Amino acid sequence: MNSIIGSLLRILALTRKELLAVLKDPRSRNSLLIPPMVQALVFGYAATYDLNHVPYAALDQDHSAASRQLLAGLDGSGIFERVANVQRAGDIKSLIDARRALLIVQIDQQFERHLLSGQSADVQLIADGRNSNTAGTAIGYVTSVVEQFNLNWSRDHGAAPPPVRLVARAWYNPNLETRWFMIPGMIGTLTLLQTMMLTAMSVAREREQGTFDQLLVTPYRPFEIMAGKALPSILVGTIQAGGVLLVAQLWFRIPFAGSYLTLCAGLLLFLLAAVGIGLLISAVAATMQQALLYSMLLIMPFSLLSGLTTPISSMPIALQYLTAINPLRYAIDITRRVYLEGAGLDLLISDLWPLAVLGTLTLWAAAWMFSHRMQ
Amino acid sequence: MSTKAAPSNATNAWPSKLRRIRALVSKEGRQIVRDPSSIAIGVVLPLILILLFGYGLSLDVKNVPLAVVIEYPTPEAVELAAAFQLSPYFHPWMTRSMPPAQQALLEHRVDGIVRIPADFSRHIGAGDAEVQLIVHGGDANRARIIEGYVQGAVGVWAARLEAQGRASRSGPVNLQTRLWFNEANDSRYFLVPGLIVLVMTLIGGLLTAMVMAREWERGTLESLLVTPVRTEEILLGKTLPYFVLALFGFMLCVLSAKFLFHVPLRGSVWVLLGASMLYVLIALGIGLLISSWVKNQLVASQLTMLATFLPAFMLSGFLFDLRSVPTPVRMITYALPARYYVALLQSVFLAGDVWSVIIPNTLALAAMAAALALASRAVMRKKLE
Repeated sequence: MNSIIGSLLRILALTRKELLAVLKDPRSRNSLLIPPMVQALVFGYAATYDLNHVPYAALDQDHSAASRQLLAGLDGSGIFERVANVQRAGDIKSLIDARRALLIVQIDQQFERHLLSGQSADVQLIADGRNSNTAGTAIGYVTSVVEQFNLNWSRDHGAAPPPVRLVARAWYNPNLETRWFMIPGMIGTLTLLQTMMLTAMSVAREREQGTFDQLLVTPYRPFEIMAGKALPSILVGTIQAGGVLLVAQLWFRIPFAGSYLTLCAGLLLFLLAAVGIGLLISAVAATMQQALLYSMLLIMPFSLLSGLTTPISSMPIALQYLTAINPLRYAIDITRRVYLEGAGLDLLISDLWPLAVLGTLTLWAAAWMFSHRMQ
Repeated sequence: MSTKAAPSNATNAWPSKLRRIRALVSKEGRQIVRDPSSIAIGVVLPLILILLFGYGLSLDVKNVPLAVVIEYPTPEAVELAAAFQLSPYFHPWMTRSMPPAQQALLEHRVDGIVRIPADFSRHIGAGDAEVQLIVHGGDANRARIIEGYVQGAVGVWAARLEAQGRASRSGPVNLQTRLWFNEANDSRYFLVPGLIVLVMTLIGGLLTAMVMAREWERGTLESLLVTPVRTEEILLGKTLPYFVLALFGFMLCVLSAKFLFHVPLRGSVWVLLGASMLYVLIALGIGLLISSWVKNQLVASQLTMLATFLPAFMLSGFLFDLRSVPTPVRMITYALPARYYVALLQSVFLAGDVWSVIIPNTLALAAMAAALALASRAVMRKKLE
């Protein structure tokens, strides 16, 4: 019993010392706490697939009431801005090439005549595919404007409505705002970077400066040293995650559907895995520079192949399996599902156990490597 | 450093200047060859990253798991359900009632539910039939794409009905869409050029940030001071070898873009190369500036990561359309070199030599390169004195 209490006291003392070392210097304190919140704020605005400003040009060869009505539907949507009225088809190319217009809406001369005679009329839509995702979204917006036009026209002119109507609804994100999807995902992403690096570097630095050897001659056991190195990073990570969560809720006003306790449990497991990987890096690396290089080599793929910006289900199968060792993948899924869907622990099991396994395995491997180095 | 302030004519003459730079370059080059870590960063890392991300990043939606609920199997309902089975975009799962489908959506086993109501066939004749679609809105971008595909599948089916004369036409106005530069609508076309930007940003920054900070930490830069070498000569001597190394990594990226990911290169190679040389200079320059400023490997590389990689990922227009970003944040993006390089690469790869895009963006990059060179010289002078 006494040995357990003694062990706990030693871990606490080491944790306190580590925290002091990190937080005492105002520069390093600020570099840990401010960047995640600023990034959440800036990236929160920038990281969205939604469009609210689509420059387009109209090539209206019909000049009829009907064509004007269709274009007015675009202009009135608040999303499209008509940057030019093109007279000749030859002018289209330069407008798209120079990125002045994302879309060209081309209405030919027979438009109104076809409509009035009950035939279908075609509208040509040319989109700049240099970013095909943006183009696809913009085309989707135009489609819904045209659908609205069709409904109105059928109603006003007594034409038969289309045989089937698709009534679409989105659960958990009724207006399909990508911001709701991105910002909760950033809680894990923005904390991963510094938590992992902080852990990897703190051991590597002590090793390079020789203070790690001094630590080894103290009555600390390897497991206690590891715990003392892991706890401060987990604490810092939790605070960073809290900061990003605050930005999401108070600034972007994204409604939080789940329970904070569930989120906290998921994040703690995630941080454990992240810190475990950091410790493993520092156990493998001989110098600070190597530790740094290894962390970068892991952080980039971790953050890009996590499902934050592009879905994991679109990856090749082999890569999908590879993401199984990416703790961020699970963390992003957990934060999104707790945040938006209010998912409880029972629905999150498939994310929680891999994190627990990752955390245990990496910590165990790091401890094994440290204790073997000591002998 | 009074000798620095008033250099003699002898040390400032061009031949000796060139000789000193050459000596520095060859020293640095030898160091690169002997220490494999720079070669790993400059050559191996770009290759691994472009392969990993080129294959891994895709916004294309295929084989969407979709629950199709046929509440009453009339011929029309079954025919419509078959339309989903035939589409390459869906991986439908047929069921007869809503509750299991909803449970599947809740557990993320499906991304959406298409519900064909029991009275569907009866309403087709009346012209007010409805098909209900519920998508999982979590990933809004994906949800929107799925919505479009479902709309398409229903449209194809309706057109067939119309052709058979069983229903009225699909709608007065038909939209005919063409996607220029990317007819096949393959998201890799724009993601891979963007990835090249990301990779070069990181590589360039890391190469110099780690190298300079290491010299500062070891005090070897100070020992250069007692030699007649001048600040700009040190900078040039440091930059040139890494410039060559980074360009080599860049070539590997372009080759894999063209031959592995089959992204067309429609513009000229020379424009691509010229713009990229400018950008590599800038990326190296940012690393130099940061490392001469903080003099510490750990902080320097953290700063490089925070100041280059993440903004280039989020704010460069590589994924997200910058026109829709609120003005204050958009102002920040104008200060990012990656923004101009992304615009250049996407145009040169997909659209060709569009001078109205190339000229302003190249000018912006050139101005930034010049500003960086002056700034790193100033910072380094100050730190050395």
